[in-house]
Amino acid sequence: MARVSRLAPWAGLLPFLVYLLVFLLVPTVTVVVGAFQGGHGFSTENITGLFEATALHTLWNSLVLSVSSAVVGAVLGAFLAYLVVTRPPTSLFRRTVTAVSGVLAQFGGVPLAFAFIATLGFSGVLTEALRSSFGLDIFGSGWLFGLRGLILVYSYFQIPLMVIVFLPALEGVRPQWREAAVNLGASTWQYWTRVAGPLLLPAFLGATLLLFANAFAAYATAALLVTQGNPIVPLLIRAALTSEVVLGRQNFAFALAFEMIVVVGVVMTLYTLLLRRTSRWLR
Amino acid sequence: MRADATRGSIAWRVVRAVALLAFAVFFLVPLLSMADFSTRVVGGTGRTAQPWENLVQDPMLRSSIVTSLLLALLTTVLMLVLLTPTMIWVRLRVPAASRLVEFLCLLPLTVPPLVIVVGISNVYAWVSYLLGNSPLTLTFAYVVLVLPYAYRSLDAALGSINVVTLAEAARSLGAGWTTVIVRVVLPNIWPGVTSAAFVAVALVLGEYTFASLLNFETLPYVIGLLGKSDAPTSTAASLAVLVLASLLLVALTFVGRDNRRESRRDKPSRGALT
Repeated sequence: MARVSRLAPWAGLLPFLVYLLVFLLVPTVTVVVGAFQGGHGFSTENITGLFEATALHTLWNSLVLSVSSAVVGAVLGAFLAYLVVTRPPTSLFRRTVTAVSGVLAQFGGVPLAFAFIATLGFSGVLTEALRSSFGLDIFGSGWLFGLRGLILVYSYFQIPLMVIVFLPALEGVRPQWREAAVNLGASTWQYWTRVAGPLLLPAFLGATLLLFANAFAAYATAALLVTQGNPIVPLLIRAALTSEVVLGRQNFAFALAFEMIVVVGVVMTLYTLLLRRTSRWLR
Repeated sequence: MRADATRGSIAWRVVRAVALLAFAVFFLVPLLSMADFSTRVVGGTGRTAQPWENLVQDPMLRSSIVTSLLLALLTTVLMLVLLTPTMIWVRLRVPAASRLVEFLCLLPLTVPPLVIVVGISNVYAWVSYLLGNSPLTLTFAYVVLVLPYAYRSLDAALGSINVVTLAEAARSLGAGWTTVIVRVVLPNIWPGVTSAAFVAVALVLGEYTFASLLNFETLPYVIGLLGKSDAPTSTAASLAVLVLASLLLVALTFVGRDNRRESRRDKPSRGALT
C-alpha cells in the first residue's frame, strides 16, 4: 500500500513521458540503432563509411565552418556585449541591441539565406552597386554559395547569439570588484587579466562551445544557400535522405546523423560543465 | 577613478563609435538590401510592390501562411497543455523527477532537429496513418523543438514563486489538485506562460528543417521553393517574417519586464513566507 501511494504521483508525469518517448527518444534511438544496421542485421559498414574520403572531407568542412564562425561570433559578440553592458540597462541603445539580437539569433534559417542572396548574390544590391559605381566584382565565382560564404552568413546569427548568451555573464561582473581591485592598487590591465578575465573565461569558452554546436547543427540557411554539392555534414545528410546518389546505403543517413549526435553531444557536455562553473559566482 | 578615466578617454570613444558603426553596417545592410531587392523592377528602373502583393495573392503562399499560423497556434496550445501541468506537478508532488524532466526538456538542444528528422520517419508513418497526411501533424515534432525554450521560461517563472506554500494554503482551504494547478499556481506564473508561448510561435513560424525534409508546405518551406523561380517574392516574404518575429519578440520583452517588476514586488512577502 505504502509503495503504491508513493508511486501514484509519478502517474501524473505519464502523458509527458510517453509523448517524449514517442517523439524524441524513439527517433534518437532509431538513428543510433540504424547507424549500426546493414541490409541484414548488425553491421559496421555505415560507420566505416564515415571514414571514407568524401565523408571525412565533409566533416572537416563542417568543423572548419563551425570553429571559424564560432570564434568570429564569440570574439565580436563578446565585444558588442561589452559595448552594450557599459550603457545603463534602461537605455534605448541597450534595449534595441538585445531585442534585435534575440530576433537575429533565433531567426537564422530561411530569411537569412535570402538576405544574403539579396545583398551579395549575382544581382544582389551591394554587388550591383559596387559593380556599377567602382567596377568592382565582389561576386567573384560565387564564393557566397560555398564554405567561405557560409562562414560569413553564419556569423550573422552567431554574433547576436553570443550577445544574448554572454550578456548575463558580463552583467554579473560587479562594479565593486573593480573598485576593490583599484583600491588595492591594480591597473586596468591587471584588473582585466587577474580579476575579470579569469572570472569571465569559463563563460566565454562555454558560449563559444554553444556557438560551435549551433553552427554544426544548423541546416536551413545552408540548405537554401548551397544548391550545388554537399560541402557540410547537414547537407550530406540531406543528400543521403533525398537523392539517389548514395543508394544501396540506406542507413548511411543514420550513420551521419549519429556522427552529428556524437559531435554535438561532446560539445554540449563540455558546455554544461563550464556553465556549472560559471554559475558558481554568477548570481 | 581610473576606470572612469579609461571609459571617458577620447581614444576609447573613437574606438567605440567606429565599432558600433561597423556592427550597424554589417547587420543593417542585408536587411536594407532585402527591402531594396524586393521592391525594385528587374532589369529596369523604378519601384514595384508586386512581390509584396504576391504575399496575399499567390495561392500557394497564402495557404502556407494559414498553415504556419495554425501550426503556431496548435504547437503553443499542445506545448502548454503538456508541459505546464507536468512542471507544476513535479514541483508539488514528485521533486525526485525534476532532474529527469529537465534533462528530457533540454535534450533537443543536444539532439539537433536534423537528427530527429532522420529518425522520425517510422513515427510519422504511424501519425499519418492515424491522422492523415496533413501538414498540421508537424505540431507533434514542433512541440519537441520548442521544449527547451518553453521549459526555461516556465522554470524561471515557477522559481520566482513559492509553489509548495501556495499549494499547501489552497489545499488546507479544501481545494483539489486541479483547482490548485489551474486557479492558484497558473495565474501566478502567467508571465512565464506567455513568454513560452511567444517563443513557441516565433520558432514555429521560422522552422524549415522538418517541413522541408518531410515535405509539408509551411511558410518557410514555400519561401524556399519560391526562391528558385521568384527571388523578389521570397525576399519580401522573408523580410515580412523577420519583421513579424521582431514584433513578437519585442512584445515578449514587455511581458518579461512586467514579470520582473512583479517578482521584485513579491520578494519581501516571499521572504516572510519562507
